Parts: sequence; C-alpha cells; structure tokens
Amino acid sequence: MTQEQGRSTLRERTTSKERAALEDRVARILEIARARGADSAEVAVSRSEGLAVNVRHGEVETVEQTRDQGFSITVYLGRRKGSASTSDASLAAIEATVAKALNIARYMAEDPAAGLADAALMPTGPLPDLDLDHPWGIDVGEAAELARICEAAALGYDERITNSDGSTTTSGRSCHAYGNSHGFIGSEVATRHGLSVAVIAGRDGGMQRDYAFTVGRSASALEAVEAVGRRAGERTVAKLGARPVPTARVPVLFSHDVAAGLLGHLVSAISGGNLYRRSSFLLDGLGQQLFPQRVQIEEWPHLLQGLGSAAFDSDGVATAPKHLVRDGVLSSYVLSAYSARRLGLVTTGNAGGVHNLRISDDGLDLPALISRLGRGLLVTELMGQGVNGVTGDYSRGAAGFWVENGQVSHPVQEVTVASNLRDMYRNLDAIGNDTLRPGNIVCGSLLIDGMTLSGS
Amino acid sequence: MIDAWDLVRERLLAPAELDERALEVVLGSMLGPRIDYADVYLQYSRSESWVLEDGIVRDGHFSIDQGVGVRAISGEKTGFAYSDELLRPGLEKAAVAARQIARTGGEAKAVAVAGRQLPRPLYSGDDPLASLSDADKIALLHRVDAHARALDSRISQVTVSLAAVHEVVMVLASDGTLAADVRPLVRCNVSVIAEQGGRRERGSSGGGGRLDYGMFLHDDLALSWAEEAVRTALVNLDAVAAPAGTMPVVLGPGWPGVLLHEAVGHGLEGDFNRKGTSTFAGRMGEQVASKLCTVVDEGSIAGRRGSLTVDDEGTPTQRTVLIEDGILRGYMQDKHNARLMGVAPTGNGRRQSYAHLPMPRMTNTYMLAGAHDPAEILASVKRGLYAVNFGGGSVDITSGKFVFSATEAYLIEDGKVTAPVRGATLIGNGPEVMNRISMVGNDLGLDSGVGVCGKDGQSVPVGVGQPTLRVDAVTVGGTAN
Repeated sequence: MTQEQGRSTLRERTTSKERAALEDRVARILEIARARGADSAEVAVSRSEGLAVNVRHGEVETVEQTRDQGFSITVYLGRRKGSASTSDASLAAIEATVAKALNIARYMAEDPAAGLADAALMPTGPLPDLDLDHPWGIDVGEAAELARICEAAALGYDERITNSDGSTTTSGRSCHAYGNSHGFIGSEVATRHGLSVAVIAGRDGGMQRDYAFTVGRSASALEAVEAVGRRAGERTVAKLGARPVPTARVPVLFSHDVAAGLLGHLVSAISGGNLYRRSSFLLDGLGQQLFPQRVQIEEWPHLLQGLGSAAFDSDGVATAPKHLVRDGVLSSYVLSAYSARRLGLVTTGNAGGVHNLRISDDGLDLPALISRLGRGLLVTELMGQGVNGVTGDYSRGAAGFWVENGQVSHPVQEVTVASNLRDMYRNLDAIGNDTLRPGNIVCGSLLIDGMTLSGS
Repeated sequence: MIDAWDLVRERLLAPAELDERALEVVLGSMLGPRIDYADVYLQYSRSESWVLEDGIVRDGHFSIDQGVGVRAISGEKTGFAYSDELLRPGLEKAAVAARQIARTGGEAKAVAVAGRQLPRPLYSGDDPLASLSDADKIALLHRVDAHARALDSRISQVTVSLAAVHEVVMVLASDGTLAADVRPLVRCNVSVIAEQGGRRERGSSGGGGRLDYGMFLHDDLALSWAEEAVRTALVNLDAVAAPAGTMPVVLGPGWPGVLLHEAVGHGLEGDFNRKGTSTFAGRMGEQVASKLCTVVDEGSIAGRRGSLTVDDEGTPTQRTVLIEDGILRGYMQDKHNARLMGVAPTGNGRRQSYAHLPMPRMTNTYMLAGAHDPAEILASVKRGLYAVNFGGGSVDITSGKFVFSATEAYLIEDGKVTAPVRGATLIGNGPEVMNRISMVGNDLGLDSGVGVCGKDGQSVPVGVGQPTLRVDAVTVGGTAN
C-alpha cells in the first residue's frame, strides 16, 4: 500500500513536469506566431510512446516501439485562417511551420465564421482530474507472455480451431497540450492498454476468422487474458458452417459488437460540419422525435478513466455533460466553434468529436432480446461503407445468426441488411442492457424492426 | 530532371549531419549471428491541401513529416522502432530497440552496398507543390467551383480540394540494397450536393497521380470532374430503391475494379498466404476464377497513383501476374514473406511511413481486356443491376466474403439500362464471384487516381482497373423486391 502511494506520488511529479514542458512549448510557439504577425493563434502539441508485441503460435512475430511527437498550429489574420503541422521538433522547424501557416492565411478568403472559440468558454480554474494516466510498466517479455496466454486460450478453446492470426499486447501513453491566444493552455496525459487475439477455425474453403479484444486506461481495467482468448475461440467456432438465408423483410438485432456503429452514424449526421454542408439526413433535426420516447442518449465527458474523456475539446472549450437525445427527441447537435457560427448556434464543446456517449436501456439481456426478436437476424459483424450520410440510406454486408422461434438457429454470412437510418432510429424496438466494454460509445444490443435482408 | 541522390543528400542526410557511411555503421551494428536482415528507412515528406467551400477558399494546410524507421528480422521475428529525429542519436536508439528482437550481442558486421544504380524513374522528381503558384491553385479551385455551379441550378453545395505530397525516401538494407526514390503525388476532388423538391443527393469525382498540378489543367481535367460530380448527383435525385436479392450484375470499366482489389487482391498478398489465413492459401496453380480472367498487379506504370519506381524496401516494382486465364499464378510479396516462402520479392513491400512496418500491399491491380462489346454484355441480361461507380469495399480474407458499395447504379430490364437506383452494397465470396464472371469487355479502363487502401491501420495510395464485366450472380443489398 505505502509503496503504491510512493510510486504514484513520484509519477504525479514526473507527469506534472512533462505537462509543464509541453505547455511551455505551446506558449513559446504562440509567442512566435504573435511576433510574426498573427492576430490570434491556436497550437496543439503532442508526444506519445508505446509498445506493441505480437505473438503467433507462441512465438514473438513483431515488436514495435513507437515514439511520436508533433505540433500543429492555426493562425488567424483577421478572419483569414492558415494551418500547418510538423513532426520535426527543432526550433527552425517551428519557425518554418509558423511562417507557412501565415503564408497560407494570406491566400485565404475572409471567412466571417473563422476564429478562436469565445474566451468565456475556456475552462477556468484547475482542470478536473480524469484519472487517465496509468502506466502499465510491462517490458517486451511480459507483453509477449500475456499475448501467449491469450492466444493459447483461444487456440485451446475447441479442436476445430486450426490456425492463429496472432495475439497482440499494446501499451501506450500520450501527453497532449493545447493553447490559444486567449491565454488558455491545458494539457492531459493519458494511457491506453489493450490485448487482442484472432484465430481461424475450419479448413480450405470453409475457414472462418474472428477476434476478441479488451482495452482500458489501466491494466486493472482489462478483462482477464484467458477470458479474451476463450471469447475469440468461441466466436470463431460459432461461425463455422455459416450460410446465406433467403431475402426477406425481418427485424434485425444488432449485437453490442456492432450497435455502437449505429450511434456513430447519428453523431456524424448531427455534426456541425455535415449540417452546414447540407450533407446530413438530419438537417433541421433539432427538436424532432427521432427515437421512441423512452430513449435517452447522454454524453459524459468527465468519466474517470473513460476512453473518450476530455476536460476540453480541440477548440479549448470546456466540456460538460449533456443530452444529445432526451425522451427520443434530438436535443443537441455536435458542434465546434466554427460549425456553430456557420449555423448561427453556440458550440457544444465537441470540436474533435463526442466524449463518452451512453444510451439508455430497456432492461433486457441478450437472451431476452433474441426471444423478443422471434424470427429474424442477429447481426454480430458488419462489412463495408454502405451508409449514405446525405440520405440516411443504409446497406451493409452482415454476418451473424438466424433466429427462429426466439432461439438461435444457425450462423449466417454473405447477406446484406438495408433500410434508412431515420426509419431504423424510429423503429428501435428494444435496447439491451448487455453493454460489453468501455468505449467512447457504449451501447447495448439494438433491436430494429422492418429491415430488408438480402440473401440467396 | 532532379537526381534522387542529390535530393536525398539535401533533404535527408545533410540537415541531420548524416552520410551513407554513418548509416552503414548503424546498420552494421544491428547485424549479428541471429539477424537475417535489417534495414534503415529514411523519409522526408512535405504535403499541402487547399479547400474551397461555399465559394471561398477558407482552408489550407501544410505539413512536414520526417523520420527514420529501423527494422531487424530474425527468422519469423521482426523488431521495429522509429524516431522522428533524423539525427544520429535518435537513429542509434531506434536501432538498439529494433535489434532487441534477437537478444543478441554479436559482432558488428560490415554492410556491402551492392550499388547505387536505380531503375529509370516512373515519375518526375520535381516538387509538385511548386508546380503551380499558390495564387494559381486558388484560381483553379474557383474555376472548378464556378463550372460546377453553372452546370445546373439544383447544385446547392460545391466543395473542391487540391492536395499534393512530395516525398523523398532512402532505404539501406543488410542485403546490399541502397535505394532512393523521390515521389510526387497530387489529387483533386470535387463533391457537390444537388437538391430538388426536398430531396438531396451527393455526387463526387476526382483523380490524381504521381504527376504535378499541371495534370488538372491538361484537357481541363479538373472541370471534367466537376461535370462528372454534377451528373452523378443529378442522376441520383431520380434514383428509385435498389433491388434486394441475388441477380446478374454488370460492372462498368475503371474504378469498379475495386471488385478485384477486394475479391482477389488482398487474398493474394504474401503475408496472409504464408500464415495460411487466406482463402487462397495453398491454391497456387488451381482455378480460382473463370477462364476469361487474367488479373495483374503492376506497380511499374508511369505516373499512376499506385505506382512506385522502387517499393519501400528498395525493390524495383514490376508487373506480377496474379491470375492467368483463371489459374492462380502468383502472390504479391515483400522481402520478409518472400524469404520465408522461398520466392522472390515482387516489389510490393510498402509502408504508410517511416513509423510503420512494411508489408505486402497492392499497387495498381487490374483485369486485362476480353473480347466482348460492352453493349453486348448489357444486352445479355434479362433482369439485373448495372453498377458503374462505387464508394469502396472491404474483405474478410479468411472466409473470402467481400463487399463493395455502389454509388451509381441502374436496373437492367430486358437487356436495356433503365431506372437509376439508390446506393446499395453488393456482397459475395471472392473465388465464387470470380468463377461467375461470364463475359469480359474489350474496354479496359484504369481508375482516375483516387484509391486509398487500408490494411492493419496503414493507408497507401493504390490504383484499380477493369473492363466491363458480367457476373452471373451477386447478392444486391437494396430494399425493393
């Protein structure tokens, strides 16, 4: 216990030194930009390092040591904007990059919406501690051993598993700082660790591959290594003998593996950039009843150890919890300072994306959802990019399981599921409580009525 | 003509106070009794992009990226590290990290460089960023915008972008390879939104290659892409629901070659076949496609987006026959997988950057022309789909299942192309679909230079191509009966 505390104090000291160094760098670059004639500027600096060890059939295949750094700057000359970035840390490169950004700005047209976010929106006082920094401290040998155990659990799950596509342990830590000429400078240090494995079952023309993974801010947040391996084995074997089913109009249950993607399409459609470009099927969606009335979608940017947690967005705007969907009604767009100005609205603190989305559930677990599905398709895998963000048309390759009389009947592959996202959101029949893992979008399985399944 | 070695010295070595001798010493220090191969890859790249939106050019970005990647291979094991410092301490640190893979402390060895003779370059070494003045780039964006808007009053949004990359790479390897390559890459994209009666549709088009901005001015190519984007958006305004079910599909020439990229291309990359994870593994010499199909990967076409004079391991690119008259003839290889499989590398060892490991990747992958008139192919279909443009695709190389999503398609009824249909995903099994190709057109076309291929988190530019093809049965993922 005491040792643990001792270590963490030392770590806090190292961390604050690292953060101070990056924040200093931001301040210096902002000063250079000001001295070279920028009316205002914003700078982001990052440093990261990591390790990835891949094991296949018990032997190490690759060891990758990563170490990245870089900075990007946006300068404004009045309402004209230029940006530049580099991975070169030298002073000469900083000078050259700032000069290049200024040169670009001189060629840009006046854009009334361009400029920093309002100063009043920056965080005030100390930033919340989001508990994101948990170095793992494993070496190559230890990382390889974890991957070996994980792979062995997957390969040993069933004798029909014939090959391995490898198991990988990753561990990374990054520090990033952002500042702008309002005087705000903030930084965050975050770790991210993970373990994944993919195996193959069957032979010749009948092979199937699947994978499983776990990811978290701290090693203790990771799932047990053997459990990840066994899940990969189980998922892979379950796909053996998959076949197409006939074309039909059926309900589709999107398992928690793929359900978050449907919310991802929502985020994209209500993002400022797509709205002002009129490239969204949800133009004027604010205030509309998109989902059944019981559905809530919330954003929690300050979750401790959250994979999407952030105290400020990439405009430097303080983040805060909010509803995106309240009682089924779209209650907020996802806006940056720029897109908000283009739309005549106020930024929602979402420059760079959303931070930890959660959807409400209907208290049903997966077996209950399958039972409710009755007859239709349980989708566990989606393929391809068949989502048209302008029209909401949805058509994707799918694999999963055929459900008959509320029971899983056999694995399915080589089919597509199609509808329109507006209809899919409206026809959201049930939301499972079977959330699987930490992620930026956490979502249980989603049961959607009335989709077209295309198959044999 | 710029000499690659001059640029390597000027951009990569001189600023870092490095020379070839110093690199040889670092490489030699990595070699030991258990290291089979080691290489050092230096890269310096400058890139820019300019975006016009709502009639004004309001976004411009410039970036410089540089670094060195160091790799050591022992048997099937690969150690890899990189540094964005080109200076010697960063390089040495990366070398120490990479060689840990073999846990060996052997004697340093001398590296004997085989020669500095490079193949004849497939593109100019001149800086494409400087091929047009900044003012002229902006003028070009405005011309394309005005052209698109003037074509039809239903066009409500126009986005035009220009981008260029100038990259200098150098590879030094323990097998004696010493190679350099100076690579230009330009790209222009036009995207429009058309609106009519509350309905909105997007159309986009574009292209590029390992050329300079001049290619967009030649024959008003950029303006023709504006026309194409507008045409597609307007066609889609009238589109009806796509059919659902399995039916004959005719694929147009050029970019629909994404079919080959997904259905067979990835499955024929050496790493998947060495590991036995591809549905094509162990099938060399077998029939994997109909007899009408001959598919090649050719990195050595001058100026194409997927082309390279030498790959990222310094191997000259070539034309590799993958499938000949339906028979599987060859895989695409990098050095590592080629060595383990006992074959020669094919110039397909590619990496996104110094910070990524090389692996077997496609270059320009296409099917050779056949004998049929495209009109004859369309006339042969009683009821089916004619798909002429695609968004993209993906593949599960183990099961062979692949998808690709049509963005412009039409119904074929009694041999005639009729109503446009809304976008739909097509799904099939690679070898099965390839065996169902029953007619191959005489109209081979390569795409306009827009392809980006992703694998294991790494993106590289690629090209595809094909003639008009008839596939007797593919599952079409629409919503109509």
